[in-house]
Amino acid sequence: MKFDTPSAENPTDRLRVVGQPVDRIDGPLKTTGRAPYAYEHHDGFTGGFADGLARPAYGHVLGAGIARGRIRSFDAEAARRAPGVLAVISADNAGPLGQGPRNTAKLLGGPRIEHYHQAIALVVAESFEQARAAARLIRVEYAREAGEFDLAKVRDSGRAPQDEPDRRLGDFAAAFAASAVRIDAVYRTPDQSHAMMEPHASMAAWDGDRLTLWTSNQMIAWGRADLAKTLGIRPEQIRLLSPYIGGGFGGKLFVRADAVLAALGARAIGRPVKVMLARPLVFNNTTHRPATIQRIRIGATADGHIHAIAHESWCGNLPGGSAETATQQTQLLYAGAHRLSALRLATLDLPEGNAMRAPGEAPGLMALEIAIDELAEKLGLDPVELRIRNDTPVDPHDPQRRFSQRQLVECLRTGAARFGWAQRNPVPGRTRAGRWLLGHGVAAAFRNNLVMKSGARVRLGRDARVTVETDMTDIGTGSYTVIAQTAAEMLGVPLAQVDVRLGDSDFPVSAGSGGQWGGNCSTAGVYAACMRLREQIAQRLGFRDAAAVRFADGEVQAGGRVAPLADAVRDSELLAEDSIEFAGLDRKYQQSTFGAHFVEVGVDAATGETRVRRMLAVCAAGRILNPKTARSQVIGAMTMGVGAALSEALHVDPRLGCFVNHDLAGYEVPVHADIPHQEVIFLDGADPVSSPMKAKGVGELGLCGVAAAIANAVYNATGVRVRDYPLTLDKLLGQMPAPG
Amino acid sequence: MKPFTYERAGSPQAAVASAAAHPGARFIAGGTNLLDLMKLEIETPAHLIDVNGLGLDQIEGTADGGLRIGALVRNSDLAADARVRRDYALLARALLSGASGQLRNRATTAGNLLQRTRCPYFYDSDLPCNKRLPGSGCAALGGYSRQHAILGVSEACIAAHPSDMAVALRALDAVVETLRPDGSTRSLALADFHRLPGETPQVEHALEPGELIVAVTLPPPPGGRHVYRKVRDRASYAFALVAVAVIVQPDGRGRVALGGVAPKPWRLEAAEAELPRGASAVATALLAEARTTRENAYKTLLVERTLAAALAEARS
Repeated sequence: MKFDTPSAENPTDRLRVVGQPVDRIDGPLKTTGRAPYAYEHHDGFTGGFADGLARPAYGHVLGAGIARGRIRSFDAEAARRAPGVLAVISADNAGPLGQGPRNTAKLLGGPRIEHYHQAIALVVAESFEQARAAARLIRVEYAREAGEFDLAKVRDSGRAPQDEPDRRLGDFAAAFAASAVRIDAVYRTPDQSHAMMEPHASMAAWDGDRLTLWTSNQMIAWGRADLAKTLGIRPEQIRLLSPYIGGGFGGKLFVRADAVLAALGARAIGRPVKVMLARPLVFNNTTHRPATIQRIRIGATADGHIHAIAHESWCGNLPGGSAETATQQTQLLYAGAHRLSALRLATLDLPEGNAMRAPGEAPGLMALEIAIDELAEKLGLDPVELRIRNDTPVDPHDPQRRFSQRQLVECLRTGAARFGWAQRNPVPGRTRAGRWLLGHGVAAAFRNNLVMKSGARVRLGRDARVTVETDMTDIGTGSYTVIAQTAAEMLGVPLAQVDVRLGDSDFPVSAGSGGQWGGNCSTAGVYAACMRLREQIAQRLGFRDAAAVRFADGEVQAGGRVAPLADAVRDSELLAEDSIEFAGLDRKYQQSTFGAHFVEVGVDAATGETRVRRMLAVCAAGRILNPKTARSQVIGAMTMGVGAALSEALHVDPRLGCFVNHDLAGYEVPVHADIPHQEVIFLDGADPVSSPMKAKGVGELGLCGVAAAIANAVYNATGVRVRDYPLTLDKLLGQMPAPG
Repeated sequence: MKPFTYERAGSPQAAVASAAAHPGARFIAGGTNLLDLMKLEIETPAHLIDVNGLGLDQIEGTADGGLRIGALVRNSDLAADARVRRDYALLARALLSGASGQLRNRATTAGNLLQRTRCPYFYDSDLPCNKRLPGSGCAALGGYSRQHAILGVSEACIAAHPSDMAVALRALDAVVETLRPDGSTRSLALADFHRLPGETPQVEHALEPGELIVAVTLPPPPGGRHVYRKVRDRASYAFALVAVAVIVQPDGRGRVALGGVAPKPWRLEAAEAELPRGASAVATALLAEARTTRENAYKTLLVERTLAAALAEARS
């Protein structure tokens, strides 16, 4: 189905199932431990695993002990002789390996080492413990080489990425110089880890030259293609399955070492092999959100209209890696006739930087939305009002291009009223509750709505049950549920009559889970397949005009005639497959999602400890397919934003070239005690330009702007402006007044 | 994890005898730290002696009105004990500020004292660490050292002791009771129990090979107001950046111990003499010998401010 004109009224508009806050249909499987994750396909817990496969062997990954250089000698003799060991795979014996276009560094390193903890060997043994113990027996000597690990040091060597040229409008320099009120500040965001609950894990089994890989991956088709390229086989030889995923956040967009090494290990020993990355390896072996240094200059008129705005961002990555696109929201969020945005990418020999939840906007808004707060203060204007005053209904770089929907102002006004923003004291450091200095902060949320082709097939079985199959993944987001809701709505059956099967490369290729496009695009693909199936059903039941047929309550009706849906499949089942293809509306209209975050923090007047007291998010993201799963996405994202603001950072040792804190004790994400109260409001507003579902992404929007709202609240509480995340107490303490 | 043999000891005497017979053996109680270290092969005992069944899990009053805490009393049970809550509130508060509910249910009194540093360099055997591999260097000195110690440190090691419980015990003048393989017993003041790193940071305490902690005793209740203030980046489940334990008597005298700033719970009786002159004077005395890195220099100011707040609370 080609989607090239805004959607008219369609069956999902009934909102009998779609749009309802139903529980996740995979919930019982997960809460009772019966949802098989990648590492759990073993005997006694097959979870769909083909019977008769031998008990798997276990692989343990050895990571490089240096950041950059070469392996001088690699001695695995003792490991090979260790109890239970079946094979040791390394670059010496793995055979030629290709490299997927989505991987920057090699997934099996050696002799060249590109980053710390790059995988250099897999030990395969009968038990996990044997594999782990044997891996410690491998003796590796390295020739260490100097590398670049300090972004501040290399920043001036950065160049504009080829696919991200500078964008200019008007004459920024002159307009900025002529502005009545100016701010010019530098902000820093650290390297961050996805820190998902389930580490990367895979199990591989070969049948001749055909590979089955159970893995934990957000993008089945990408993974299959890149794995094939790496192994030097055709994609058709691989079946990739990822039905349940314990969190991804972008860290599982691409195949990683666990997948490649499980495949190599299984091929070497002629038995299934499973591999999970040990937690301490995840932080340096896999990808992370790269650190940025951002300079923002804004010039405004005395009455608070932005005249000139420039956002420049520096980051680093391995050679061939991509840039963190931290400036992209600044091109679209606020008005202003004179604009500049520029990215600079330098070479760093740290592990690969790549996508993490809301890449670009998340770190970009961490900086921009503090800058706006600073500007508001300088103008003596309320920060909510400043944002409203600079709203733009069109893409400032291309005024012909309107936003399909833009509810930033409504988000801000709704949030301000609900939060009690008017009661905030704009003078910093004046509100006290016992030992706590109280502060209130606001930030805008913005994230583009991306659309990707997405396919599905839908079967109406002879028992009148509906089965949806698509390679879409559910990374904890609720994909199973919103897809089931879509099929139930389209075919007029109860939710319980729909089975959803996901995450299998045998199924039609979907948009996958990334960039907050998954929910909207994958359900739109299911919509397309259901439209096909409706035509077939109508035809079977003798309705001439399929478009006029209504599906509801297990019945099909048109022109006064009613037929049970089951009658269509009395003799044989029906199967339909289609995909949604987005054709041009995303270029004609700017599609974005909007929100506003309001936060109250307390800062301990003595110690500088910051604790969030309450949070409110107002989100405008088209139709909300399921307010319950959407709310879970947003409160999870808000929690991630608390981590980004207050504690999360991968600490670089610039001498050793690694992230030093690499476990969940050292990389501090928020715990329950950090999150006392969260509220989420969704603004109504189906967006017919985005898809037939009229939905947009929301899972990343919830993160965008949160950290800045917290930083602004900390400023309001203390009068200390911190521009270097995370806002740990050591950055506040020296400037805080003596506690009284 | 290296293969190891395992036994359940039937009595404290049998446990120490077995330890003497198995050089390099380790006692295991809650296992909340030792097992992690064994998985990483930072600890590689060939033999484990499980001491959970030795009956050392009682809390009893002593003849002089103090409290004798069995080595195997779980942190949760100790924090919930009515006598501890009433007479040694500092200890209950310190315990409850540490770890998580699940960990406190497993962790024991003796094991808590013997837990090892959480310095991230110590936990990665690809990185230098004198405590893990003597002579390899201290990567934290000049590296990531925001969490590290500022008192009692050496050129060889700046790791901090992570315990909250031990800070309270130090302020309460606790004594560690042990049993040695030869059957003799001894009492070690907690003040003398942990060793400063000097040139041998791998040596962390005064126990001899095979010596088993059987109890920790507390003198009679000290009275006064007890405040335990733990400062950390998140509200729970994090090690202290700085912790301050204070006991203040109605006449203004008192005790002060610090956590998160030294390789052992830190207390200077001489600094306590400054209490009548105010928090700042106490902090100055406590921190006179502080040696900081660029990343942990904030801890001196944090100690001063936290101490002032804790003393104000205790006097309020």
